Amino acid sequence: MSERTRALLAEHALVAGSSDEAVELVAEAGEPTSFGAGTLLLGQGSPADVAYLVTKGRVALEVHAPGRGPLVGDTMGAGHVVGLSRAAPPFRYQFDARVLDDVEAVVVDASRLRVALAGNLVLGLHLLDRLAGVVLGRLQATRIRLLDFYGPGGE
Amino acid sequence: MSEAGTLVPEPYVVVGRRQEAEDVVTLLLEPAQGEQPGFRPGQFNMVTSFGQGEVAVSMSGAASVAGPLEHSIRRVGAVSAALCAAPVGAVVGIRGPFGTSWGVDEVEDGSDVVVMAGGIGLAPLRGAVIDLVARLEAGRGRVFVLAGARSPDQILFREDLEAWVQAGAHVAVSVDVGAPGWTGAVGVVTDLLGATPFDAAGARALLCGPEVMMRFGGRALVDQGVDPARIMVSLERNMQCGVGLCGHCQLGPLLVCRDGPVVRYGGLADALFMERNR
Repeated sequence: MSERTRALLAEHALVAGSSDEAVELVAEAGEPTSFGAGTLLLGQGSPADVAYLVTKGRVALEVHAPGRGPLVGDTMGAGHVVGLSRAAPPFRYQFDARVLDDVEAVVVDASRLRVALAGNLVLGLHLLDRLAGVVLGRLQATRIRLLDFYGPGGE
Repeated sequence: MSEAGTLVPEPYVVVGRRQEAEDVVTLLLEPAQGEQPGFRPGQFNMVTSFGQGEVAVSMSGAASVAGPLEHSIRRVGAVSAALCAAPVGAVVGIRGPFGTSWGVDEVEDGSDVVVMAGGIGLAPLRGAVIDLVARLEAGRGRVFVLAGARSPDQILFREDLEAWVQAGAHVAVSVDVGAPGWTGAVGVVTDLLGATPFDAAGARALLCGPEVMMRFGGRALVDQGVDPARIMVSLERNMQCGVGLCGHCQLGPLLVCRDGPVVRYGGLADALFMERNR
């Protein structure tokens, strides 16, 4: 595990403030990687085997609609996790994830991390709590958008 | 403006107009006679479409920049539709300026200022941002502009946003719903805060937009370490007299036309936002 991986993870919202042991656990399953604009990180419907802990740049979550091209449902930036489909069965990505601006991310081998967490339930629960926080943040952001509060008001 | 001018509309001539979005027009106005009164960013005028009625509209220009009075108006009802349709040469009525300001003059040198706007909420902030960008260019402090819109075609003041970037401001725009060709952020405007490299210690924040956005935005800023007392929000209520007499705009202890529209978030607006019966 590189010092760089540990340093990047220590700044990421999923892990920041966690114990050294927790950072080590994630770092052992992760690899810092750079991706150029336009790169397809994830393909809709494919097995969810990795997650990307984004530390720089932006990623679009999109679906392809016939005749309309890619429709972007959300964008993720530093501190976000791309590949949440790995968190629960059927472990299959629901969206395409495409790099908008050059991205730096720690690519986590989710299967390996899952095995490691199963062997350390205290850390597993801690990281599950953190992941729940990330998912809750996305859920709440989506709910706010559903309110369509920029829509017309009254005079 | 004379004392009577606060209750009697003064005639202003439309000398220019800009279509900012499909349903948003900026009117450039000059007094039919006399001098245009000064104002502070964040204040509002009561704008009359004669024969239709009167609505409260914040100034969207900078007081520090000479030129016509600017009001950006979104078409949401009969009066605003009539104002949006006013051609060059038309005469509208103006009463004001009324209310409190963003207090840009009071920002300490070196402090970061975060400006968060949603939808038409960028209009009341535009004058403040122009002044803050001038402050930035003078080396007196950074400014971070976060703007949210429903969709890319609803993004207001695009030329200004680009000019502010050129001047060194951090500008980020997010839309709720993307569109073909849009490569910017998709999501809620508060999500932009995470990638905004401002220094929360001593920072000020100015928020304007739908109340729901200001509620979530205020909380997100506090979570990032901004002092709630240094966050200002602009309240929107049914302003009618503009001088605190009629009570139509009462919100808790406030008469928004007189005590607002710009008020502190911490210890005031945060509590008001949580009231259910209003």
